[in-house]
Amino acid sequence: MSFLQIQDVSHVYFSKNDRTLAITDINLTIEEGEFISIIGPSGCGKTTILSIVAGLITPSVGKVILDNESITGPNKNTGYMLQQDYLFPWKTIRENIFLGLKLTGQLNEKTKQKTLNLLKKMGLGHVENQFPTQLSGGMRQRVALVRTLATNPKLLLLDEPFSALDFQTKLKLEDLVFKTLKQFEKTAILVTHDIGEAIAMSNRIYLFTNRPGTVHKLFNIPEELSKIPPFEARNHPLYNEIFQGIWKELEKLENQNEY
Amino acid sequence: MKIKMNIDSMHREYKNKIIREQRFVIFFQLLIFITFFALWEIASNLKWVDPLVFSSPSKVWNLFVENILEGTIYAHISITLFETILGFIIGTIAGTILAAILWWSPLLSKILDPYLVVLNAMPKVALGPILIVALGPNMTSIVTMGAIISVIITTIVVYTSFRETDPNYMKVLQTFGATRWQCFKEAILPSSFPAIISTLKVNVGLSWVGVVVGEFLVSKQGLGYLIIYGFQVFNFTLVMQSLLIIVIFATIMYKIVELIENALIKNR
Repeated sequence: MSFLQIQDVSHVYFSKNDRTLAITDINLTIEEGEFISIIGPSGCGKTTILSIVAGLITPSVGKVILDNESITGPNKNTGYMLQQDYLFPWKTIRENIFLGLKLTGQLNEKTKQKTLNLLKKMGLGHVENQFPTQLSGGMRQRVALVRTLATNPKLLLLDEPFSALDFQTKLKLEDLVFKTLKQFEKTAILVTHDIGEAIAMSNRIYLFTNRPGTVHKLFNIPEELSKIPPFEARNHPLYNEIFQGIWKELEKLENQNEY
Repeated sequence: MKIKMNIDSMHREYKNKIIREQRFVIFFQLLIFITFFALWEIASNLKWVDPLVFSSPSKVWNLFVENILEGTIYAHISITLFETILGFIIGTIAGTILAAILWWSPLLSKILDPYLVVLNAMPKVALGPILIVALGPNMTSIVTMGAIISVIITTIVVYTSFRETDPNYMKVLQTFGATRWQCFKEAILPSSFPAIISTLKVNVGLSWVGVVVGEFLVSKQGLGYLIIYGFQVFNFTLVMQSLLIIVIFATIMYKIVELIENALIKNR
């Protein structure tokens, strides 16, 4: 049995005058400790699939099985990181990173200490009592990562978490997230429209078609590339070759849509 | 080195500019204040206006000193102040609770929507006579007036703010499996504090209106009572004095709300 199985998932959004088939017939399996990426044109239902895996949306058809359990609602096995940090501005950094522990009833001296240690490891030990507005974008996203990891989820869902950052911060954060996830042996799904980011970080890349979104093609990243940190991977000779391959597929997809 | 000295003197110049501007503002504020009372005094003394109707600052001041020496004014001030603060607090809290209930049940809010519009449009002071008959000619009906006048507008403003909270904060909480109550407590309510504070500022003024009108109708005590009494015995010095006291206390309440505002939302 695979760690995560997405079986025949389709989802329709309804409004008064419209119905939108966002994703259709999605089948994916992910093994424990893998890092996979989903890329595709905007509107391919990337966020919908993450919301379904997180249990925030119940799919119209199909089911998601995580670690032999069917997902029926939000659960503490999954952690979600959004495009922006969404730290609560009225809470201190300390209160922000304890939020998940508090909500899941796991807040005690031991978990507090563990979370604060993680914050220190991210190089942010000194901001514990500051407010989010006093921090830079990169620092805030690192705090959001600590908040997500605090409840010790088995599966991380990353919804374009680096897209709002400047390029340099983004590269640094990619490395940090990659190393942190590998160290804690987390499984992760990254949604992005940055092809380079997907190649540099993942074991596998799923290319989605546009509305309705479904798996168009799977790219396996060779191990020599997937095991090294993203920054090094971006300079690897294989990187460009794979980039070109994915680029061509994306162009083909777009051309199909035009005619 | 030379550049450093320039920066220092430029900074001094900048600070001086700010201070000059502050002085200018305060000077004109004082000028308006003094001119107003001076003109009032002169106009009254020279009979440009009817001194019986418009009184004069000196007469108001003399009456005020007299009332303080006799000690009669304290009871009036404290009772009105008490009623206003109570009405203000009840109105704001009840309005916020109503808003929370509407947020809790979207279906209920859809059902009640037209009634809120009607209640908001209705002049609440017109309920005065009914309140007095229903609750009796006492302090309860006056406090109710003070509260009822602000409760609906508070509900509408706070409910709008609840609904406009960025849904992504809710998403963060929901991924941790938060209940609706936890979402309310952690995201909806704190993110609406600025809106609640701004309704507080509006409610300070509204509660004074409600209480003074209430006192017009029933009471035997209070600043509103003094105004209506002064009117009945044609003592407009008393009316003006009571009005000035109300203005002063309403301003103080407003300033206190501003202090609360600064303390609550300093981190944003």
